[in-house]
Amino acid sequence: MKSICVLISLLVFSLSACAQQEESSVKAESPSTINYTVETVVSDMKNPWGMAFLPDGSLLVTEKEGKLLHVINGQKIEVGGLPEIYVRGQGGLMDVELHPNFSKNKLIYFSYASAEGEGEGGNTAIMRAKLVDNQLKEQKVLYKATPNTKRGQHFGSRISFDRDGFLYFSIGERGNRDVNPQDITRDGGKIYRLHDDGSIPKDNPFVNVPNAKKAIYSYGHRNPQGMIVHPVTGAIWTHEHGPRGGDEINIIQKGKNYGWPKISYGINYSGTPFTEHTALPGMEQPFFYWVPSIAPSGMAMVSSDKYPSWKGNLLVGSLKFQYLERLVIENNSVVKREKLLEGMGRVRSVVEAPDGYIYVGIENLGVVKIVMK
Amino acid sequence: MMYRIVLGIILIPLLGVAQEKEREFAKSIERGEVIYEDFCMNCHMPNGEGVAGVYPPLAKSDYLVKNLEKSIYAVKFGLEGEVIVNGKTYNSVMAPLGLTDEEIADVMNYINTQWGNTTKKMLTAEEVARIKK
Repeated sequence: MKSICVLISLLVFSLSACAQQEESSVKAESPSTINYTVETVVSDMKNPWGMAFLPDGSLLVTEKEGKLLHVINGQKIEVGGLPEIYVRGQGGLMDVELHPNFSKNKLIYFSYASAEGEGEGGNTAIMRAKLVDNQLKEQKVLYKATPNTKRGQHFGSRISFDRDGFLYFSIGERGNRDVNPQDITRDGGKIYRLHDDGSIPKDNPFVNVPNAKKAIYSYGHRNPQGMIVHPVTGAIWTHEHGPRGGDEINIIQKGKNYGWPKISYGINYSGTPFTEHTALPGMEQPFFYWVPSIAPSGMAMVSSDKYPSWKGNLLVGSLKFQYLERLVIENNSVVKREKLLEGMGRVRSVVEAPDGYIYVGIENLGVVKIVMK
Repeated sequence: MMYRIVLGIILIPLLGVAQEKEREFAKSIERGEVIYEDFCMNCHMPNGEGVAGVYPPLAKSDYLVKNLEKSIYAVKFGLEGEVIVNGKTYNSVMAPLGLTDEEIADVMNYINTQWGNTTKKMLTAEEVARIKK
């Protein structure tokens, strides 16, 4: 009898040790009726990576290949004065964000791949500049990740300001999974926090750790391409690409380790496992994880009253399946996932504008606005 | 006897050149594998199978065999509009990747020799350089 027990437990153990992936607890579904319409507000764009609305209702939108466009009443004006941009693989001109006090100081912030500094290749940089008559002035590099690398992936690059005026941004692990994300003396695989002028906040978590990158706020990330300030709690929420399965939504806490690649719900693209752990002590669990991966990019939370039935829902672009995902959250967990804008293209970015409407950046299309019927 | 010596004098260096070319080809394929994982695999998948209706397959792709120059052009300058691969129509966009001519040759050599693709001829950086916008 005893030997049978041992045999069974061995069998169970060996089965569970295989690269079995646990699918997301809630599956994405198409709506039974479509209760919204879509209006194109900017057309003929290749890759509208990031968007920011100005107080006058006009729009700043990046084109990944290295153009910053100011869209006024549907007219595109190219903004001058960008730095040299390293356009390779997933890198280029990426997110753009306004200073919280933009109406007075005209400051904008943007992320881009830059070849500046030593070594071949590039890495993610954050620049601040003043927008004057569609020209960038007083350009200042606030952060440039090192080292440069020719790897084509995982630049991260989303930017947000929280309610206290801190500047947060993400940098992905640049394809160096086993070296960067768990090492706080290296860039990559991190969420960063700075003052609006680029200086390091005195209470950043690793300011007293020798050799640490002092701008780091959290670590153990893969490639975060979505970031928001929660409209009710004010917390920083991010999502990140997993490998094959294991995309995550995380609520960012100071100094915490989000586990990549020590823990993950994903497996290698080839199907082999790289870790047997989905949880370990000292590492944060995601708020939600996607298996299979949707390849998330861009995130917004509906807070306006233009969409009464969507209020408090999270919107996340899917590059892989080419739709905008609406996640309904109840009692601190995802209870429903719905596909919006199906079949329009790879959804790269999504924002809720000051006018209360949701605007979505779609590759090979441009920017569309969602209006309830 | 004389005949054999003459033949040997001619053949031995030729064999050496052929072997050297084989080695170069193998090295190029090896470098190409890294480029593939880095720049192509996300969409075209680990075994070149692509994604139905969205990203065309590279494995046993008739397009690659019939349109080598167009394929190089696509990797170099990007691709927009309809393409028909193995009888199926695709209409996505591939952005230019920012690869050097040598990297393009390497990744094409990798793709052209994997997953049932059986190109015997090595593509060189010089041939890639000749493809202009």
